Amino acid sequence: MSASTETRVPEAAKRTTSGWSQSLHDWVTTVDHKRLGILYIGAGFFFLVIGGVEAILMRAQLAVPANTFLGPQEFNRLFTMHGTTMVFLVGMPIVTGFGNYLIPLMIGARDMAFPRLNAWGFWMFLLGGIVLYMSYFASMGLYGAGTAPDVGWFAYAPLAGKAFSRGNATDYWILGILISGFGSVSGAINMLTTTLTMRCPGMTMNRLPLFVWMMLVVSFLMLLALPVLTGAQVMLLFDRFMGAHFFDTQAGGDAVLWQHFFWFFGHPEVYILMIPGFAYASEIIPVFSRKVIFGYSFMVAATLAIGLVAVGVWAHHMFTVGMGKGLSVWFAVMTMIVGIPTGIKLFNWIATLYGGKILMRTPMLFCLGFLGQFLVAGLSGILLSGAPLNWQLSDSYFVVAHFHYVLIGGLVFTIFGACYYWFPKMTGRLLSERLGRWHFWLFFVGFHLTFTTMHVQGVLGMPRRIYTYPVERGWEVWNAISSSGAILQALGVAVFLFALAQAFRRPQWAGPDPWNAWTLEWSTSSPPPAYNFLTIPEVRSRRPLWDLKHPDDPDWEHE
Amino acid sequence: MTQPLPLPFAPPLAPPLAPPRAPAVAPVGWNRGRVGMACLIFGESTFFSVFVVAYLFYIGKSGSGPQPSDVLEFPLVATLCLLSSSATAGLAVKALAQGNAARAGVALALTVGLGAGFLGATANEWFGLIYGHGLTIGTNLFGTTFYSLVGFHAAHVALGLLMLSLVLGGVLAGKLGPEHSERVEMVTWYWHFVDAVWIVVLTTVYVVGV
Repeated sequence: MSASTETRVPEAAKRTTSGWSQSLHDWVTTVDHKRLGILYIGAGFFFLVIGGVEAILMRAQLAVPANTFLGPQEFNRLFTMHGTTMVFLVGMPIVTGFGNYLIPLMIGARDMAFPRLNAWGFWMFLLGGIVLYMSYFASMGLYGAGTAPDVGWFAYAPLAGKAFSRGNATDYWILGILISGFGSVSGAINMLTTTLTMRCPGMTMNRLPLFVWMMLVVSFLMLLALPVLTGAQVMLLFDRFMGAHFFDTQAGGDAVLWQHFFWFFGHPEVYILMIPGFAYASEIIPVFSRKVIFGYSFMVAATLAIGLVAVGVWAHHMFTVGMGKGLSVWFAVMTMIVGIPTGIKLFNWIATLYGGKILMRTPMLFCLGFLGQFLVAGLSGILLSGAPLNWQLSDSYFVVAHFHYVLIGGLVFTIFGACYYWFPKMTGRLLSERLGRWHFWLFFVGFHLTFTTMHVQGVLGMPRRIYTYPVERGWEVWNAISSSGAILQALGVAVFLFALAQAFRRPQWAGPDPWNAWTLEWSTSSPPPAYNFLTIPEVRSRRPLWDLKHPDDPDWEHE
Repeated sequence: MTQPLPLPFAPPLAPPLAPPRAPAVAPVGWNRGRVGMACLIFGESTFFSVFVVAYLFYIGKSGSGPQPSDVLEFPLVATLCLLSSSATAGLAVKALAQGNAARAGVALALTVGLGAGFLGATANEWFGLIYGHGLTIGTNLFGTTFYSLVGFHAAHVALGLLMLSLVLGGVLAGKLGPEHSERVEMVTWYWHFVDAVWIVVLTTVYVVGV
């Protein structure tokens, strides 16, 4: 696999370095899209464990009323770091990592368009993550205030300005996210360019795997949204360090401008995280239903429609600031419109299942969980898009339940499914099906215990971001259930990590095509060689491997 | 324990003796250099949009002076410098592609000179604003939005100027020939983009804003 890296190492250097340090050197200096993809995903899971520990600390605090396990200040820091970590240091790298690994393999290319830019993007992301967590050690600023930032993952200015957020913790938040944003933008440029210019002969846009189509839209949204956040963060830095007045209400600055900028980034960001979930499901569900995806062109069109509508819905996060009737109606209606293309997708997946020979393997289990949970997430989202109900439910646990249904019930479930599905391609080893089932059921039950109950807490009026609550409000039982679910989810992730270790200790070899699948990545060995394909493949349909396996009845006769 | 599903066909690959070379990049059309630069320009555009929106949003909202109409003059020299530098940059690429290194060198030198002229005019304007009118980034909302927007544009001009100077050095040293004109063209794409941003900044700050 490391044939190309080895040729570059001089013979003398080879003799003096041990295998371990040579391997480390190869991984640190790699520009191979597959290794960078694995690095992205690995780093994402590392931060997932950190963000998960933060979540469990918060659930421990909220398990019983009037708890004194954490103080208000620590709690604020924890939910800030939890949200920031999960969005920027878990979701983004895992999404980019799978894109990096799979896009060249799926379109029959030997690497990304800009391999060195690719490596630069990964290390910028990692630097951003390290800078954010440096705040725990290094942010005892001039005023001696703060360890981690406590401004929320949205860092609303002017509250994040110098007057209200003293010390340097908030600056670590700004700089960490800003730096990792450079990495994401370079990754988006790379994925777009690769998809548009590096496709193998015959791989027309009309034959692109849905995964690649969806990552194309995701990359476009990244390019559109992330520079907006970067610009707003630069303004905040100017305010904090150079005495500028962008968000300074004393000098006539606007208190809502940051919210507009942040959510103009923030809502497309939700789709940047969620569309890759659709992408994994769109590859996994057909293979385990033994059927072609239902409505390929409608899936593409729906993805483009979601990408388009994504830029016109941001202020539904801001109904409670009082935007006036016209804007509220606009954003409510636009938000409801998102339900149409998303509904098309959901029905297409169900129609793919319909009449299929369904194989209940672990990747499929996670995707089926995703279908049901994402439906609930979408429905609670449409509830919240109604401005009057939103005024009632905003900043309550109902909203927490809604977006965790999207990001865990939707994204994390499909990420786990994708891990079980593509891990054999990445390492040549299958993950244990038995452990996979334990993982799924523990995580599934834990997820529903934690987040289904949160809908109830929200309707009962429990606000978000409170560090504790009094006894007599009727929230105790629900919170206890929520917290117990967190333990099951943690156990599920532990089983997953154990399954990963098991796959290396007692390998179960996968072979090039363990799932009898149809896209090009399964036509090469597992793990693929550094150059991916010995000869660049030529495709004639959307399922090139089906054509290869069934020369008597190839797809291109029907498309 | 699961067994892998049976393979209906033999694994197609055996490891080769030497890794094959990547295919050469197509020299024309939407090759990866062009698409990559177009994507970068798109991302940069959204970055500038935020500052343009902030500028437009805060027009007339400064509580205290100086106001734009008091201190801003239409930057005619700077604008002429930058707009004409786009034309000379285009000429340089054409000359390089035709193998006329001498003409490419002259056109690039003109481009760098005109770009430096733009930065000089900006520096002169800022000097007058800071020391003549006492306007800094912390004075009022006008200062905040003005220096951020115009400053980020000037920073991009400086970066483009650095890249063009490297190209000029390469041409003068005789290291760049027709085979490099495609890459040099990508540098000029960036330069044209910076030029286009200036037209937006000019309209926002010196036409709409005063």
